[in-house]
Amino acid sequence: MKASLLRGATLRWRASGEGAIWSGAVKSAWRRFRAQVAKLPHGHTDMKGFSTLFYKELLRFYKVSFQTIFAPVVTALLYLLVFASTFKGRPDILPGVPYVAFLIPGLMMMSMIQNAFANSSSSLIQSKIAGNLIFILLSPLSAFEFFLAFVGASVVRALCVAAVVYVAAVLFVALPVRHPLFLVLFGVLGSAALGALGVIAGVWAERFDQLAGFQNFVVVPLSFLSGVFYSLRDLPPFWRMVSRLNPLLYMIDGFRYGFFGTSDVSPEVSLAVVAGFCGIVSLLALTLVGRGYRLRN
Amino acid sequence: MGQAIEVAGLHKHFARVHAVRGIDLTVRQGEFFGLLGPNGAGKSTLISILAGLTRPDAGRAAICGHDVITDYQEARRALGVVPQEVVFDPFFTVREVLAIQAGYFGFKGPDNKAWREELLAALMLTDKGDANMRTLSGGMKRRVLIAQALVHRPRVVILDEPTAGVDVELRASLWVFIRRLHAEGHTIVLTTHYLEEAEALCERIAIMQDGRIAALDTKEALLRRARSRTLRVTTAQPAGVLPPPLAPKLRKRTGNILEFSLQQGTDSIPEVLESLRAAGHVVTDISTEQASLEEVFLELTQKTA
Repeated sequence: MKASLLRGATLRWRASGEGAIWSGAVKSAWRRFRAQVAKLPHGHTDMKGFSTLFYKELLRFYKVSFQTIFAPVVTALLYLLVFASTFKGRPDILPGVPYVAFLIPGLMMMSMIQNAFANSSSSLIQSKIAGNLIFILLSPLSAFEFFLAFVGASVVRALCVAAVVYVAAVLFVALPVRHPLFLVLFGVLGSAALGALGVIAGVWAERFDQLAGFQNFVVVPLSFLSGVFYSLRDLPPFWRMVSRLNPLLYMIDGFRYGFFGTSDVSPEVSLAVVAGFCGIVSLLALTLVGRGYRLRN
Repeated sequence: MGQAIEVAGLHKHFARVHAVRGIDLTVRQGEFFGLLGPNGAGKSTLISILAGLTRPDAGRAAICGHDVITDYQEARRALGVVPQEVVFDPFFTVREVLAIQAGYFGFKGPDNKAWREELLAALMLTDKGDANMRTLSGGMKRRVLIAQALVHRPRVVILDEPTAGVDVELRASLWVFIRRLHAEGHTIVLTTHYLEEAEALCERIAIMQDGRIAALDTKEALLRRARSRTLRVTTAQPAGVLPPPLAPKLRKRTGNILEFSLQQGTDSIPEVLESLRAAGHVVTDISTEQASLEEVFLELTQKTA
């Protein structure tokens, strides 16, 4: 049933010609992005070492997958259990969507956000403090390869966590997928943005407590105050306006649109905000890595 | 033959410390080059600049003709650095660490795998290949660092105090391996606090002091710079009071063996022997000893300090 829904949505999207437009836009944006990157110090790349660094970063979190994948899943499911029990019988936030089903995409995206950030930032700070980052710095890897490998691994970890949360959740709640493309775009772009933010934090931090401060005072509050547990429509006008300044809100709202086909903000607007945010943090991360900020003297 | 390392007008400041003060240096391909100096002389900063870990404030550095900043990828492909600190990635085994390091340089094929196994064998690590890095002893971790530096077959190898804290047996086996690399055509740059190692291995030596190169010459020429040499004289009977011209030159007396320190150019061995004979001492044996690199090092670094 769910598989046929997914297939139907994908076919409808392909038939509409939307796919070719999006594909062209993504390729064009990627070319412009690479051209900008090549102008950065250490930006030129032959991509010979990228796959190894990417593989190494995947292997790093895979070797401790109990901590990096399954622990966040348990946390997300506990949130689901507590909130679903507490707000049992609450009126639907989105028309025809039970509160428990409403929660799941938000919890998935929140887990992706937090784990994407944790992956790149913790890998970098551990390597910096243990001193083994020198092996990457001595190699001919470009800033772009460095950035792409750390962010790519963050995206993969985030998608793994989200997939396990989804599989666990659909055992209890029916969760249709109305717009798979939006689901993938928001999932990948949102994780990439937080992975890039993790690179910035990992490069900037020189001690574990500095990184913990960044995580606890920036990432966690922004992810909790991004409409995971409520709709924007439930907030008073002032807080609704403040919430709109939080880029993570658009990630969660757009991701939820992928499931239910309805959202607080137009999905195109959300996509533009998330892509813009991802582009800004990526360029900042690339600039820091390219200049060797707190990496090279 | 081209130059392995070229450094021109290099300067580096850290806050108020002028760590490298206008260094000019050339190391030829295939050389075994020693870089010596007391702590804080600027050796590690110079190595960091060559490795791309530190950016110079002024000047230029190149590895095999590739500028370390503008052509950093080729410069780093030509260079292998064994860092001074024993650092390791605790997530991986020895074989994984070497495969990953080779992959950063774009080496992923079976040829490189065979080379990695050869490195493990040469460094006596084959049986530890599947052990996690955390479980290795300090000496083994240092050997892995050497393997990591060589895994991409660099033309130039910089060894930053590779034998610090390493036991005598391992040190000897490491030097056999490094000599082999040199014989195969690799350029070796060695920094060490064990001056007898530099004396035994290096063809040319630079001595750094206060961010500058205090001396740069062949080992033999540096040793000739020593201002003193030792003359050891054995007499038939323990010598009593020495003639006045010889007394200030006496460094040590053990039974009937007298050890004199002679200044190059001013003191001569025949004059010393003639003075002893004139004082009634019968000389039964003599031997001379040139100054060691350590003495040259101390003379140079104390003179410029």
